[in-house]
Amino acid sequence: MIELQNVNKWYGSYQALVDINETIHKGEVVVVCGPSGSGKSTLIRTFNRLEPIQSGRILFDGKDIHAPGTDVNAFRSRIGFVFQQFNLFPHLTVLQNCTMAPMQLRGLTRKEAEERAMALLQRVGLANKANAWPSELSGGQQQRVAIARALAMQPPLMLFDEPTSALDPEMVGEVLLVMRDLTRDGMTMVCVTHEMGFAREVADRVIFMDEGKVLERATPDDFFNRPQHPRAQQFLSDIRSPFARGP
Amino acid sequence: MLEIINDYWVYFLIGQYPNGPLGGLVLTLLLASCGLVLALPLGIVLGLARVSPWRWLRWPVTGFVFVVRGLPLLMVIFWAYFFLPSVTGVKTDQFTTMLIALVVFDAAYLAEIVRAGIQGLPRGQMETARALGLDYGRAMRLVVLPQALRSMLPSLVNQFVSTIKETSLGYIIGLAEVSFIATQINTQVFTKPAQIYLILGLTYFILCFGLSRFAYWLERRLARRGMSIANATSAPKVSA
Repeated sequence: MIELQNVNKWYGSYQALVDINETIHKGEVVVVCGPSGSGKSTLIRTFNRLEPIQSGRILFDGKDIHAPGTDVNAFRSRIGFVFQQFNLFPHLTVLQNCTMAPMQLRGLTRKEAEERAMALLQRVGLANKANAWPSELSGGQQQRVAIARALAMQPPLMLFDEPTSALDPEMVGEVLLVMRDLTRDGMTMVCVTHEMGFAREVADRVIFMDEGKVLERATPDDFFNRPQHPRAQQFLSDIRSPFARGP
Repeated sequence: MLEIINDYWVYFLIGQYPNGPLGGLVLTLLLASCGLVLALPLGIVLGLARVSPWRWLRWPVTGFVFVVRGLPLLMVIFWAYFFLPSVTGVKTDQFTTMLIALVVFDAAYLAEIVRAGIQGLPRGQMETARALGLDYGRAMRLVVLPQALRSMLPSLVNQFVSTIKETSLGYIIGLAEVSFIATQINTQVFTKPAQIYLILGLTYFILCFGLSRFAYWLERRLARRGMSIANATSAPKVSA
């Protein structure tokens, strides 16, 4: 479904992505993890061209998203993106947040868009908040609405950029449950996350990155129990026992 | 002082109307309102150009804004009064001349308010709209501008206060706004300039102070709703 070929990205002289080659198949759930600054968010943001790349190709259903002259909006409307900071539109109600893009880009009537949005809000457990303003919701609720908003475009691919990192601990679970629910429907998902429990349970594959390079690709079982690369071993021990690390 | 008010309040409020052209305080307010209403759309267009990703649009407009903001309003009025008719060949009346000058002048300031309003929004708003597949224009129109305009409301009221004070420069081209009328009254009464200009000053003050308080109230209300943004241009500006 999405194929990266020799992708390189620089910020000035700093190389953020180094020669990435990766293929994500339809129906696959891939978790990208790694220490902060490893380039994992940058990577996922190149998938829908929120970040430009300097060399290489990213093919979505065989077409190069980064090619000059590409209708990037058409691609983006088929790739759901969920941000760390939720980014709900504060001047619109929850329902309007979910109906705007389908009405603008898919030509749905208000009624059709609202029906679709209500079904999705139902699914994320927030149908009763349809007419609320985003500022009235908790962080976890806002992120669930953000997921519903992305799903309203019925994208075949969903990208999650640290969707639970900005949440209070007690709200992480409700968002992860919604995401797990999506994987059960066979949604193709790429998720940058530190939620190792989530990765273990739903990921088909874990990609470990550091310093802009993909250092390890493995099944969750192999990655968590038998990490190969020393950096991956270090990373896993760091996130498991933050107090155990020596000076 | 009461005697002056008693004798001249109608003249002070509406000038010679209905026996002559409209003037006085009503003309001042009319001019300021028309100025702001016409300058606002222009200011939005210029503000959008100031933040646009296209250099060929951004640079000339930035130049225009900097030039106008670097000039006293009086200068702009002189241009509108002397220069414009010599170019267009049409002699406009004082009201229109003053209106043109105000619209040009205020649009440059409003452009900066709009720019600050847009740039004060979290970057994620534009990014999210684009990630949904909306093009730049629609993302701006449906997501960014509505929020920016709302957060700009207090600045707009403050701009209106400035515009009201700016209209007093209409005096220089003989426009019968309230300052001009006060001078006329002073010529007729002759012996009480202090009282007359005190009344004029109080009139401006009550009007502008009231509106400033209204802006402050709006700002706090928006802040409570979490919609306020740090606005670099809400600081008082020096006009004329």
